Formats: sequence, C-alpha cells, structure tokens
Amino acid sequence: MIRAVALYLLLALPAAAQEVIVAGLSQNRVSITADFDGSEILIYGAVKREAPPPEGGPIEVIITVEGPSTPVAVRRKGRVAGIWVNTASVRIDSAPSFYAVASTGPLRHILSDTENLRHGITIDRVIRAIGISAEADRSGEFVEALMRVRTGEGRYRVLEGKVELTEDTLFRTDIVLPSNLTEGEYKVRLFLLRAKQVIASQERVIGVRKEGLERFLFNLAQERPLIYGLLSLVLAAVAGWGASTAFRLMRA
Amino acid sequence: MQLYLPIAEVSVNAFLILGLGGIVGFLSGMFGVGGGFLITPLLFFIGVPPAVAVATGANQVVASSISGVLAQLRRKGVDFTMGTVLLVGGVIGSAIGVWIFAWMTRRGQVDLFVQLSYVIFLGLIGAMMFQESLRSLLQSRKSGGAPIRRAHVHSWVHGLPFKMKFRASGLYISVIPPLLIGASVGVLSAIMGVGGGFILVPAMIYLLGMPTKVVIGTSLFQIIFVTAFTTVMHAVTSQTVDMLLALLLILGGVVGAQIGTRVGVRLKAEQLRILLSLLVLTVSLRIAIDLLVMPSELYSVAGVLP
Repeated sequence: MIRAVALYLLLALPAAAQEVIVAGLSQNRVSITADFDGSEILIYGAVKREAPPPEGGPIEVIITVEGPSTPVAVRRKGRVAGIWVNTASVRIDSAPSFYAVASTGPLRHILSDTENLRHGITIDRVIRAIGISAEADRSGEFVEALMRVRTGEGRYRVLEGKVELTEDTLFRTDIVLPSNLTEGEYKVRLFLLRAKQVIASQERVIGVRKEGLERFLFNLAQERPLIYGLLSLVLAAVAGWGASTAFRLMRA
Repeated sequence: MQLYLPIAEVSVNAFLILGLGGIVGFLSGMFGVGGGFLITPLLFFIGVPPAVAVATGANQVVASSISGVLAQLRRKGVDFTMGTVLLVGGVIGSAIGVWIFAWMTRRGQVDLFVQLSYVIFLGLIGAMMFQESLRSLLQSRKSGGAPIRRAHVHSWVHGLPFKMKFRASGLYISVIPPLLIGASVGVLSAIMGVGGGFILVPAMIYLLGMPTKVVIGTSLFQIIFVTAFTTVMHAVTSQTVDMLLALLLILGGVVGAQIGTRVGVRLKAEQLRILLSLLVLTVSLRIAIDLLVMPSELYSVAGVLP
C-alpha cells in the first residue's frame, strides 16, 4: 500500500511540476430567442506553473469549439443525358454541425500529426467517415466537399493565430457562433502544446438552448404535431380573413 | 430586424420575408394561383432548408388563398358546386400523388423528379397559355373589341353521363371531366408541393369552358383545402412547418393578395393570362437552367436520420 502510494507520488510529481490550464468562458449557456443573431463567446485562461517554464520551445495554445454531431449525406452531381443530377452519394457517420479551431500559430507548425490524430483537433480528424470508400470512387473528395461547403456556410472555421498569448501565461480568444446555430451541447477543448506535443488539456461545455417563444413552438411541433399543424391552419385562416376584412373596412 | 426561426433553425431578416410574402401574395390575388411554385424556390434561395420551405410555403398559400377567396366571394367569383367536385377529385389524386412520391423517394431521385415535373408542366402550360392569350389579344386589337365567343362549344365532353348544373359558371356538364381534372391536379400538387392553381386555372378555362370571372375564385377555393391538407401532413410526418416563418409570409401575403385581387379586376382577361403565362415560363426556364448549366458546387450536404 505504502509502496503503491510512493509509486503514485513518483509518477505524479513530474506531472504536477508541469503546466496546467486554468480556463474560463464568458458564458456557459447561449439562449436562442426570437431575436438571436449569433453570439460571441470569449474563451480565456492562464497557464498555471509550479516551477519555471521548462525548456523545449515556446508554449502554444489551441482552442476548439464543437457543436453536436449528426450523420450527413454528401451527394455529387454528374451529367446524365445533358442534365445535372445526383449520381453518387456517400453517408458520413458523424460530422459536427459547428466546428471552430483557434490557435496561437499555424497548426502544421505547432501540432504534430500523431498528436492531431490522438486528440482529434483539426476538422478532418473530427469528421467520422469510416467505410465510405466502398460507397463511391474517389470517396475522399466527398469529405473534402463537406468541409468546403460547411466552411462556406460559416459552420467550420480555422482561426490560426487568433489566440492571443501574453507572456507565455495568459491567453484569450473570441469565437463567433453563427446565427444558424443548432441546439445542443457545444464542447470547448483547450490544448497546451510545447514542441508540437500536447502537454495539458481541458474541457468545458456551452449549453445552447432555444428559449421563450422558440422553445414553445419547437416543443409543440415535436410533441403535438397534429395540434401544431392545425394551429398553423387557424393562424392562416385568421390572418387571411383579418386582412380581407381590414381592407374592406378601409375602402368602406 | 433579424429573427431566428425555431424550426428552420436559421436567422433571417424579418422585412425580407414580409416583402417576399407580399410579392407572392400580390401575384396570388391577381392570377388566382396559390404561389407555391414561387415561394418554395424563393425560400430555398434565402437559406431556408428545402423541407421547411415546402411545408411552410403550403401554410402560407392557405392564408393567401383564404384572403383571395373572400375578395372573390364579394364579386360572386366562386362556383362552390364546381369547387367541391374539383376538390373530391383532388383528394383522390393527392392520395395517388403521395404514393408516387414515396415510390420515387425509395428510388432515390425525388429531387430530379420534382425539378423535371416543374420544367415540363410549367413550361408546357406556360407556352400554351402564352400562345393562346397572345392570339386572342391580337385578335381583339384587330377587330377593335373583344371577339364574340360562344359560351360553350359542344363536343364529346357533353355526351358524358352524370350531368350537373353549375349555376355560377353557367354550365350543364358531366361531373367526370372536373373530377378527372381535380384528380390530376391533386397528383401534381402532391408531387410538386404546390396548390396546383397554375394548372387548374387554364384547365378550367380551356377544358371546362368556365368563364374567366369565376375561374380564379373557384381555383382559390380548391387550393385552400389542398394546401391545408398538405400543411397538416407535413407537420405530422416531418415537423417541418415553421410557424414563425409562416406568420411573416402570411402577414406580407394577405396584404399583397388584397392588392393583387384589385389590380387583377382592372386588367383585361387576355392581359391577365399573358402575364401569368410569362411568369410561369420564367420559373420553368429558371429551373431548366439549373438542370442544364454545370453547378459551381457539384457536391451537396444533407442531414440524414441516424
């Protein structure tokens, strides 16, 4: 028992002497209300050290924000008899609805491939596309297309050099959440790197939820679809009749 | 003013949607078409997911049609007997259409099928109407007045059984042709996600020989029920009706429909038909170009069920 504790301490000591992240978020929940038009999250923190910073190159910070993942279908058009139609389709098991990766410098300079693979940091490592090569030829292009389309929509962002690091200790970045946000848990991950190796990491969660009228309508549509449908008709009938009457009165 | 739509899950400019609803409502009131064939591509263009655009478009058409029918009612422009017969056919046809749609979905080419239906039907009807209305417009110019047309030309249609009196239309014909027309419109509206007014209006004029005065009101009357059915179906099966988006479209649409109806009354029937045919041809051409020109992005991303 004593030996086990001693072993633990021996192993734990170097870790404790290393650097750890202390992080904070400007808000840990985002409310989607009727006037929601995107949101900006400030992610900040500090590198906590028990000892002077070790040798081995400057310290770097990578911050990722990941929205809920869903399976998606990526389709490719081809020309058949003169018209453009969907000729090939690939199903991708899981792709995040939003993904932003911010860093203190260019990712290929501060992050090694093995560390990227292990922690799943860049977008292509987060998208899960297993077994798609059987579904279409040149299947890699479908994943590239998914990233290109979603980057164009502002859903995927690479923000190299957008993490500010002061005196190798304090860091901060702003992540803009777009207005076409999906509900769910948004995972924030912070990585501390030295010599392309991850030396510490930290996770936080931002809850994105519809509120007020948005919440009410969404729940009604999901839980009481028939009532919701009929209510939509009543709304249409009242508005149609109301406008007609209003116009007649205006002319009278 | 930005507004977040709870079902579509996008933020849109409220005034843009109001304006969009207004334009479509205006055309709807003027021509007696529901406007579904316009609203759906327009919503898609501003970033609303296609499934939500189709379902919410149907909801908007309900409102603008009700507003239009009420305006037509006061000038006795609705033939309820004919509308009901068309509706009976429409419900049968729509059930067949839903079945065809499901079958095409299983085959995996429903998008192409819908686009081709748009190009073919809108193109065909637009071209026919354009040619006919242009000819009668030129004729009326030459003779210096509207040509004297016989109220109804007798043909094999009039030899069919189950005759009924349609007082508002001044017709005494068999119920079989309107039932068939209603059914084919029902099929098309289920496949194309539209009310079917752009097919119904010319069919009533040219096939049934109904006077233009009652055609628009009767078409709107039938469209109300077809699109109401579609709205509830979409809400129940796929939860894609966005009430907030619909409300904005409706507010713009009902006002537009009222103005459109009044403008429509002032225009001559030939002018009205030539304008409608041009509109229908434009939409058809637009979709045809999408199919023919190489798209800038060959790939598309769509969410699928896990």
